[in-house]
Amino acid sequence: MNSIKFLYAAYIATWLIHSLYVGSLIGRYRRLRQQKKELERGQSR
Amino acid sequence: MKRAFPILAVLTALLLVYAFYQALWVAPTDALQGEVYRIIYYHVPSAWTAFLLFFINFIASVQYLANARPSTARAAKWIVIAIGIVGFIAPFIPQVRQQLPTGMYPSSVATTALIIAALYFVIGKYFGGQDLGGFSAFILAVNTSGVMSPFMPRVMRRFFTKVFGAYGAADGQDLDVLAVTTAEVGVVFCTIVLVTGPIWARPVWGIWWAPGDIRLTSTLVLWLIYVSYLVLRRFSDSAQTQKLAAVLAVFGALDVPLVYFSIWFFRTQHPQPVIGGGGSIDPRMLHVLLINWMAFLCFAFLVCWSRYRLEKLRREVEETEALESLLDPAGPPAASSAAKVPFSRGPK
Repeated sequence: MNSIKFLYAAYIATWLIHSLYVGSLIGRYRRLRQQKKELERGQSR
Repeated sequence: MKRAFPILAVLTALLLVYAFYQALWVAPTDALQGEVYRIIYYHVPSAWTAFLLFFINFIASVQYLANARPSTARAAKWIVIAIGIVGFIAPFIPQVRQQLPTGMYPSSVATTALIIAALYFVIGKYFGGQDLGGFSAFILAVNTSGVMSPFMPRVMRRFFTKVFGAYGAADGQDLDVLAVTTAEVGVVFCTIVLVTGPIWARPVWGIWWAPGDIRLTSTLVLWLIYVSYLVLRRFSDSAQTQKLAAVLAVFGALDVPLVYFSIWFFRTQHPQPVIGGGGSIDPRMLHVLLINWMAFLCFAFLVCWSRYRLEKLRREVEETEALESLLDPAGPPAASSAAKVPFSRGPK
């Protein structure tokens, strides 16, 4: 049974999903930080 | 605590690499399935982690709803204590013991009941500002009186005081943040279960999906429930969103035991559980499985931590924006960008 490709596919899919999610978290965090800075700048003016 | 994050991240990365090495090169090959069985080292730990996160979400949601009134919070506390006591004693009663599925040990049921009760109080303490009542007072009295000093090391007394001691005022917002955090990370792990399952089933069963199979279908339903929970939080503008989401989470969590016990009570193509069930596994494989679960738990903890901080920051920004818009009728400079952050509706 040539099943090794299924094993690789499962492992790659797992880390792909995790990477996408962690990437989305980083993106959201950066946007919020930016937004917070803008708000702080607005307050100091 | 923030300084601990990079250290924990490095340790988790090392543990994940070690677990990966164990899964692919150290664990023995399965006599029937060959190499493809190694998917178990990602599939099963992901499922256990997702169930745990959904369970934490359930407890946080119950506490969020119960803490709305002191009388409900007290009633919930006593109900949980009763569940813990009954769940600990009942499995050892012969009549109940006979009803347990084959391979399920009374000690494991009793331990699970105790862990459930303990988790409720620990989450209440750290996220709900809930007091443990008499037990807390007892532990504090023992510690301050020094009665246990000769028998209990100082570090242990400090630990008990920290865990069971009195603490600040109740704030349901932290419970709500915990609920949304665990739901979102739980959905990610559940997605991995639903993706790796068919990839494993194709070479072993000859099909990607077994239509009508209770284990597979209930897992898919579980995933859909929590996706709908996140969608509700994302798109509902109602002031009652948090309460509605908590109610949905409480009912959604009822699917978790159905998923877990389905393989005992229904005919299914899915194999029996490898721990505490009718299935069996080589001890070397079990060892690698537990290492991988530990690695995934550490990873899930770090991701939840990041997501928790993100949600707190988002609410902070939203509150500042609301304050700005009250002070300045023209509106804050970046008022529109809050809507770009998905799955993250906060308090209105």
